[in-house]
Amino acid sequence: MEPFTSHTGVGVPLRRSNVDTDQIIPAVYLKRVARTGFEDALFAAWRSDENFILNSEPFRSGSVLVAGPDFGTGSSREHAVWALKDYGFRVVISARFADIFRGNAGKQGLLAAECDQSDVELIWKLLENEPGTPVTVDLEQRTIRVKDLTVSFGIDDYTRWRLLEGFDDIGLTMREAEAIATFEESRPSFAPSTAPAPTE
Amino acid sequence: MGKTLAEKVWETHLVRRGQGHEPDLLYIDLHLVHEVTSPQAFEGLRLADRSVRRPDLTLATEDHNVPTTGVNLPIADPTSRTQVDTLRSNCEEFGVPLYPMGDAEQGIVHVVGPQLGLTQPGATVVCGDSHTSTHGAFGALAFGIGTSEVEHVLATQTLPLRPFRTMAINIEGSLRPGVTSKDVILAVIARIGTGGGQGYVLEYRGSAVEEMSMEARMTMCNMSIEAGARAGMIAPDETTFEYLRDRPRAPEGSEWDTAVEYWRSLRTDDDATFDAEVTIDADELTPFVTWGTNPGQGLPLSENVPAPEDIADSEQRYATEKALDYMGLKGGVPLREVTVDTVFLGSCTNGRIEDLRTAAELLRDRKVATDVRMLVVPGSMKVREQAEQEGLHEVFTTAGAEWRAAGCSMCLGMNPDQLTPGERSASTSNRNFEGRQGKGGRTHLVSPVVAAATAVRGTLSSPEDL
Repeated sequence: MEPFTSHTGVGVPLRRSNVDTDQIIPAVYLKRVARTGFEDALFAAWRSDENFILNSEPFRSGSVLVAGPDFGTGSSREHAVWALKDYGFRVVISARFADIFRGNAGKQGLLAAECDQSDVELIWKLLENEPGTPVTVDLEQRTIRVKDLTVSFGIDDYTRWRLLEGFDDIGLTMREAEAIATFEESRPSFAPSTAPAPTE
Repeated sequence: MGKTLAEKVWETHLVRRGQGHEPDLLYIDLHLVHEVTSPQAFEGLRLADRSVRRPDLTLATEDHNVPTTGVNLPIADPTSRTQVDTLRSNCEEFGVPLYPMGDAEQGIVHVVGPQLGLTQPGATVVCGDSHTSTHGAFGALAFGIGTSEVEHVLATQTLPLRPFRTMAINIEGSLRPGVTSKDVILAVIARIGTGGGQGYVLEYRGSAVEEMSMEARMTMCNMSIEAGARAGMIAPDETTFEYLRDRPRAPEGSEWDTAVEYWRSLRTDDDATFDAEVTIDADELTPFVTWGTNPGQGLPLSENVPAPEDIADSEQRYATEKALDYMGLKGGVPLREVTVDTVFLGSCTNGRIEDLRTAAELLRDRKVATDVRMLVVPGSMKVREQAEQEGLHEVFTTAGAEWRAAGCSMCLGMNPDQLTPGERSASTSNRNFEGRQGKGGRTHLVSPVVAAATAVRGTLSSPEDL
């Protein structure tokens, strides 16, 4: 994973709450077996409406999405994060993220920045008054800057550290192989097993 | 100080407790896999030259994409077929057991695990599917994960996680006849909201929960995610043990006795405290349906569609307007007068044998309304087999419903079972998001008995309307 320190890009005000992952990427696009190439699938249903914000300049080339609360609810599909990243988003700002979405974003280097809804409102107004306004998100300082406005955002320390360093989780856990093997010796014998195949 | 059920299960699975800002490393007892969220994870293993650490704790099934007709034929949609074929070759390559389409054990992953007896009290269960919360009905800590985490579990059988907070959902009293656990969970979500459970494990407690069957409990835990929760849990009791006894993968003989003795200890201690508590009066509940585009937008069936002009909060009013516009509904209309085109009975929420029995009982000697199509999709081929032994399939087909093979089907419309634009459904599934059941489709979430009554009348209905 590439390290993330700070990012500046066009902010996109998405005035919707409860943006569920079925909206971010409809199920029909989940049939692919590749991990990239999902940019066309992002918000596919909404993008078929010509008035949708990503269909207008300069928002089309946005990279910082500023959404209403409860972003990424519903399905666990990591495709939602892939689609946002493939489209070009590096940061999503919301007052509240669904847990699984937040976790998926952290694994993929998409920054999920949580800030107060009152701050989201201020950012929305700035972006709507002057479309194309850049937003700077600084992960080291945990701040979001838009014109003269600077607000702080929340992210857990561990995810922040991993993003700053660009570490991948599996490599980190592999260092614990011995502890995992030791734990496995202590598991009760009645614990479920899927093997061998059931005999009927 | 005492511990909650969730904390007990967490602590018995700690490989390593995190220091400072590090998360804990948690061992996973059972990893369920399906075709949609796994191909990129297996690909990741291949690229890093890694193997599946514990294929014997991993089980795959084909469910999201599979057609529910002609299951012995190749899948017609080439992209669906490729995804299913990819799962088969990955399982072969990495030694993961698989129940493919057409197999007697095939079905929705959250129906298959419990019916095999693989889902056990006190276990940690994960799957690349948010409805993994279903398995918490057994007192397991079970939660959905993303594809990166699927890869992580395949490679290490562990996950780095921060402890979840705990919320008690006390459901006191007794449910009235015709009111089900589906109504309870829809009422809970309407109460705490789609984000109310974020970061929490919900523990369902109280007399109404103790009176529920395992399948009713699974329905409730299944939809914990719709309140934003990481997981739902219910302490195991005699009902749990009776359900598990003699299942193919349940412990046997003296192992069974040892297991049950341990499982009995899996209860929240009397002096434990929850981070939050919500209490619901079971006696007050009536059949509940959704009117909007998220599962928190629900009301008792006896009420009217909400009118935006009555809502003071501007954000709420805007969200309501958006939802009603999508749903093609006017505020103030009685929910009972909303006509539907399609009724879907199935899914990991309500596709089990008791759900089919309840609906069949109502449909016996009745007909599905002429303008309504009804799809009955059992949650697994075992459920289908059981239903056919009981003659339920004949009740459904005589009433005019379609009797299908097992899969996720119209719950998310990844297979050919979809709504067309503007088509309205009463569905026993779990999500009423825009386009969830097909682009432009409009979904009302309901219980199986409400689904059956709705099929007969053609408008959202409960049995007492017949």
